[in-house]
Amino acid sequence: MKPFLLSMLNGITLAALYFIVASGFTIIFGMMRVVNMAHGSLYLLGAYIGYSVADSSGSWLMGLAGAAIGTAVAGLLLHRVFLSRYQGQDLRQALITIGLSIIIADLLLAGYGGLTYQLDIPDALYGGVRLPVAGGYPIFRLALIGFAILVYLALWLLMHRTRFGMIIRAAVDDRHMLAATGINVPLFSTAVFALAASLVGIAGVIGGSALSIAPGDDVHYLLSSLVVVIVGGMGNIKGAAIGALLIGLAEQLGLAYFPTYSAIISFAIMVAVLAYRPYGLFGRPA
Amino acid sequence: MSTRTFVKLAVSLALSGAMAQAGAQETIRIGGLATLDGPFAVLGQEAFRAMELAFEEAGNEVAGKKIEWVKESSDGRPDVALTKARKLIEQDKVDILIGPVSGGEGLAVKEYAKSVPGRTFVNGFSAAQETTLVSPASNFFRFSPDGAQWQAGLGNYVYDDKGYRKVAVVSGDYSFGYTQVLGFMTEFCAKGGTVPEKIWVPNGTKDFSSAIARIPEDVDAVYVMLGGADAVNFLSQYYQTGSDTPLVAGSNTVEQTVLSTKGPFQRRLEGIPSAHMVAAGLEDDAYKSYVETYRKRFPDGLNAPSAPYYGYYVATKAVLTALEEVDGDLSGDQAKFQEALAKVKLDTAFGPVELDENRQAIANIYVTEVARDDEGVLYNRMVKKVSAVNQVLGQDRAEFTARGVPSRDFPDCP
Repeated sequence: MKPFLLSMLNGITLAALYFIVASGFTIIFGMMRVVNMAHGSLYLLGAYIGYSVADSSGSWLMGLAGAAIGTAVAGLLLHRVFLSRYQGQDLRQALITIGLSIIIADLLLAGYGGLTYQLDIPDALYGGVRLPVAGGYPIFRLALIGFAILVYLALWLLMHRTRFGMIIRAAVDDRHMLAATGINVPLFSTAVFALAASLVGIAGVIGGSALSIAPGDDVHYLLSSLVVVIVGGMGNIKGAAIGALLIGLAEQLGLAYFPTYSAIISFAIMVAVLAYRPYGLFGRPA
Repeated sequence: MSTRTFVKLAVSLALSGAMAQAGAQETIRIGGLATLDGPFAVLGQEAFRAMELAFEEAGNEVAGKKIEWVKESSDGRPDVALTKARKLIEQDKVDILIGPVSGGEGLAVKEYAKSVPGRTFVNGFSAAQETTLVSPASNFFRFSPDGAQWQAGLGNYVYDDKGYRKVAVVSGDYSFGYTQVLGFMTEFCAKGGTVPEKIWVPNGTKDFSSAIARIPEDVDAVYVMLGGADAVNFLSQYYQTGSDTPLVAGSNTVEQTVLSTKGPFQRRLEGIPSAHMVAAGLEDDAYKSYVETYRKRFPDGLNAPSAPYYGYYVATKAVLTALEEVDGDLSGDQAKFQEALAKVKLDTAFGPVELDENRQAIANIYVTEVARDDEGVLYNRMVKKVSAVNQVLGQDRAEFTARGVPSRDFPDCP
């Protein structure tokens, strides 16, 4: 019972991290049909910025803020300089972002080297708590669930209770009609891109505190985001949450019960979902 | 494509091929293969530092010939390493290849070496036992001990000095992991210790919490064999769960690259026993100047040179020594050079190194404990030296090989 409970808990906390990473990815896709292959690089960039800021200022929260601002600026530039001029040309945008992700990964390796980094967790969140039945469990991982719920609520409020969110949702359905009503769609696109980038930067700091920061994380989280949003349905926050939960649980239960095959379980889920629901669990045809 | 461009392309290709052939006479091309991507990125960085320094010390020349160095990066996966090795040999036409870094990669490159007998392969840091123990390639040389050798002395030490009788194993699920676990268990089980549970986790795992949950509660210690970022992730998650069962570390788990990682897990590492072909804080001059040179040449490097650095450094030194001996003569499918290489004896910062009949190193091994120096920097303090450890760990070669290669289920002593 205890190992099973622990694995479930691990799955849920990992899902929380996957959700925070994937939410930005899915918003970008929903709003402008861009498959941002540099999403993982923004994650890694955020993690490294967060580490540098936290290391020099001595404050984890400063690191979080620094990463959010830094990646928002990077996202803004990425969209303004490279992507906005190719609006609507999916393949070209995907290729540009792949190219950028390779360049960013190499620049980060040159700057930070191959060493693994870890952010110092604030003392209040360090260490473990005793849970009934499950035993000792790290506080920070429990806090991950809190972070994910916060992000979910904030995004939900933004999408459903503000004019900004209304415009995003309208853009998901029909961006030409939206432009015809006088909304400056390119400007909003850039803003959404920056918002999503800032989200993934925050995810980088959280991931770098719960786990670690190392070269190659960019590919790891890009892949997990892709699987999560493909399972959940592109462009849908609720889908990303459910997708993250499925993949997180599958990975952890897999690691506990079939360690040899744990790597393929998430892909098996992806194949199964695509076979029966080609647009993902909550997706709609584009 | 028009016929004209096609002809141009063909001609230029032919010319570049001819030029590479002509150039081969005055220069010696040495390929370096290491991991600059993936979980072992920092090991690859150290590997190339070592080669760079070794070449610089030789003045980028050997026996009057210029050394041309071609670098390639893998990501720790055997198929990638194989592709890159083929590229270095077939496209870049290197005479000698030094690498790779990780265990599975080494096996793949060794098999490939058999198909190109006219070139020489010198292992960098990869340490799977099979590579040189089972059907070795005649042109594949390894100047560093294998993963099982690295653990010599550790099993005895934790049984005798620490008093551990029951130890659970958590290890990376790949050939190097099996090799290290074998090295540890050979001594530990022979003494009478038991290993009730072995937990194998895939390389590159980020989240170890489920593996940690499977560790039995009634063990005296947990033996952990994970490298690079995996080790950092495991260690910090292990301590965050509030677990206080002591750890015994495989060679890479508390390697200098891991000790140099900044993070809260560092507070708990002191006293963890381990064993490796390198140690820190030795008292002799050869060691001191080795560290001094490293620090001066690579001010942005680690606190102290790491094990992969040592592996690649010794490999490159051996190659240069043998080339010097045959006066840079690589003719006759490198036969003379390979013969000289097999006989090379080196005096390194960590004692003498020579090869056995399978072209596998016999060298010293150090049992260490993690300690903190006066400046608060973590290092592996030597507690015991085991001299001239050979690949069969001092046992009878026929008996040792007959027992089979290490795997998930071998050895076993529950």
